[in-house]
Amino acid sequence: MLTLSHYLILGAILFMTGVAGIFINRKNLIIVLMSIELVLLAVSTNFIAFSHYLQTMAGQIFVFFILTVAAAESAIGLAILIVLFRSRKSIHVDDLDCLKG
Amino acid sequence: MEFKTFVFYFLSAVLLYAAARVVTLRNPVHAALHLVLAFFSASGIWMLLQAEFLAIVLVLVYVGSVTVLFLFVVMMLDIDANRMREGFRKNMPLGLGVASLMIAEMGFVFYSRFSGHVESAARQAGPEYSNVKEIGRLLFTEYAYPFELASVVLLTGVVAAVALTLRGKQKNKSVDPSEQVFVKAGERIRILHMPPEKME
Repeated sequence: MLTLSHYLILGAILFMTGVAGIFINRKNLIIVLMSIELVLLAVSTNFIAFSHYLQTMAGQIFVFFILTVAAAESAIGLAILIVLFRSRKSIHVDDLDCLKG
Repeated sequence: MEFKTFVFYFLSAVLLYAAARVVTLRNPVHAALHLVLAFFSASGIWMLLQAEFLAIVLVLVYVGSVTVLFLFVVMMLDIDANRMREGFRKNMPLGLGVASLMIAEMGFVFYSRFSGHVESAARQAGPEYSNVKEIGRLLFTEYAYPFELASVVLLTGVVAAVALTLRGKQKNKSVDPSEQVFVKAGERIRILHMPPEKME
């Protein structure tokens, strides 16, 4: 019998896969953006699981807004990558040091 | 084992495999394609949780547009995959360590707290229940203002993405006054010394 903790543990593993992806691919901005998508997917799965088991629709409405914001975020992130590539001819993290940070 | 449990474990296995491949593959195109697989399996899991509308939206919006956007960008940019992999081995132990520690912590908490929540038969929606209808009703009554704010977020996203990447032609022929002021006489006129031509 499936319980709520099955879904929550699945969400936890997916979330940490995304976080580990950000850790190990931190030189690769595109994979970092994909990892952020995985993290948001895990969070949405948690929301939907709670919404189903506690019988309230608020969780699903929240996931709707998460999807909206995530789509806008990835579109702008990729646009920034394009602009970066156009001006610096590279999107490698080590080349992005013009702010001398 | 109930069939639904089997479906859950199958979809979870595919989802976690795809997610792991997304973060470990060398080629960003393959990573984007595994992201498609991950979204598709997650959509199946949402369908098991009776969130049909969101499951279909996930396939349409994410598989249909976001990952295609990723693929476009990956193919437009010239990426040196080997240089991008620098530090992959070095950061791997830290990433795996933090991830497994936090999975264990969250797993203990969730398992001890939420394993009592089983699905009761009374909670299963009947055949006349429509998830889409219910979400639509909530969006247009209780959550009408957040719904409109979401449209503003999307509009901002569209305008920002276009404004960032637009490289329009310089259409007007206006002159720059500062350049006009600093021009010198020598730049305006050029005197050529030509030998006179002889008449035959």
